[in-house]
Amino acid sequence: MQYLVSVIDDKSNPGSTDRRPAISAFNERLIAEGYWVFAGGLASPDTATVIDNRGEQAVFSDGPFVESKEYLAGVWVWEAPDLDVALKLAAEASKVCDRKVEVRPFL
Amino acid sequence: MSDVEEAITRAHHDEWARVVAALTRRFGDLDIAEEAASEAFATAVERWRADGVPPNPGAWLTTTANRKAIDRIRRENKRDDKHREAQMTYDDPPEPVGAIDDDRLRLIFTCCHPALAMEARVALTLRMVGGLTVPEIARAFLVQGTTMERRITRAKAKIKAARIPYRMPSADDLPARVSGVLAVLFLVFNEGYLASGPDTDPVRHELTTEAIRLTCLIRALLPQDGEVAGLLALMLLTDARRTARISANGELVPLDEQDRGAWDAELIAEGHRLVRERLAAAASGATPGRYQILAAINAVHTSARDIRDTDWSQVLALYDQLVRLDPSPIIALNRAIAVAELDGPEVALAIVDRLAEALAGYHAYHATRADLLRRLGQSQQSRAAYDRAIELAGNTGETAYLTRRRDQLQ
Repeated sequence: MQYLVSVIDDKSNPGSTDRRPAISAFNERLIAEGYWVFAGGLASPDTATVIDNRGEQAVFSDGPFVESKEYLAGVWVWEAPDLDVALKLAAEASKVCDRKVEVRPFL
Repeated sequence: MSDVEEAITRAHHDEWARVVAALTRRFGDLDIAEEAASEAFATAVERWRADGVPPNPGAWLTTTANRKAIDRIRRENKRDDKHREAQMTYDDPPEPVGAIDDDRLRLIFTCCHPALAMEARVALTLRMVGGLTVPEIARAFLVQGTTMERRITRAKAKIKAARIPYRMPSADDLPARVSGVLAVLFLVFNEGYLASGPDTDPVRHELTTEAIRLTCLIRALLPQDGEVAGLLALMLLTDARRTARISANGELVPLDEQDRGAWDAELIAEGHRLVRERLAAAASGATPGRYQILAAINAVHTSARDIRDTDWSQVLALYDQLVRLDPSPIIALNRAIAVAELDGPEVALAIVDRLAEALAGYHAYHATRADLLRRLGQSQQSRAAYDRAIELAGNTGETAYLTRRRDQLQ
């Protein structure tokens, strides 16, 4: 099962800009553990879940991101057996990027 | 009710979730499972009337539902695809011996998945696990049948498209996931206990009963979980006061004015038994969660034969413990009520006033303030607070009570 993982940034409250080394380390782990894919086509935004792990714990919310001040800052494509595995990685990804991420399954 | 009808009702209670769960596991599709289970129960109504109730109704229903599901898959001519999909998505590696393994738990965790919106979790749980019909759920939450149908359809579509798994959460996810399930059940219970809507009965018995039934099921499946026991105890001790809580003319009766003789002794005994079980666990090192503490607070209240016998210092100590766990303004508000009993309304009012900003839109904040101001003889301010509380209250019994209290002020 492949998932598009969108990294969402916020113009009015941008995440920190020093995340590159942490992201690189995380990417290496994704490759080593066999989750890394890269890119592909998307299912309907209706099937999306938003994860926000900048606070105490990961918060998942149903639906696509809509506010225009938010924008797509980057994407991952992961190969994962099910949504629980993808969400767990996404919670880490959110921490690593210091930004929200959206997980969306491919058709 | 005839014997056959009774047997069907009982089988529906006992077997619905089991049938849906087993079919979901076999066919890997909630839609197929739900439809086949419905058809099996509809067939039971006809056949049991004609042929009598089978010796093992559960097995009869599962077999019949399985046959219905296979018929549907054949009809759709997708049999091979479905089977392949089911194998891929839902087959688990065997779990270690001793692990909790019941298809109904898988079903519950899937329906209460955190990637689904809260209202979808509630609807899906009541439909798939509770076996309520879509119109019943729609009525319970005061929405159109078509709206509820869409909500459930969309949730099922997301489960399928995003591949929300049908399995037990991993051990480190389990506490958070159980707490998600309990949040769904507590919401159902509260909607029954303090029903909202201007034309709604103040207590919706069918919802509190269903919430308790489902929590009992989780308790049977996860007997070691302290918070499950805590929530069940909390529900039982709350529901025990149900009849005393609403007067003959539909007005809410506050705790200090309730006829304690009308409380349900059996529910209280069962609730107290669960609380004692958790106290013993806490004594041997388990940290109680919020439901266990709330249950303990209710145990203190239900232990007092008269309001004057209430051990308020015990209540306050429990609230202090709860505040450390959950420093939310609503907990602080409830704690202030215990403070008022121990240190007087003036001290409590100072605490409550500090919550003004956080709770400005919450009716209980204004109702609590109104009561404290009334006790301090500040009638005019009390009246204004009652006005605001009445404006915000969504429960008919509560509105009636607050209105009477306000109108008693000089």
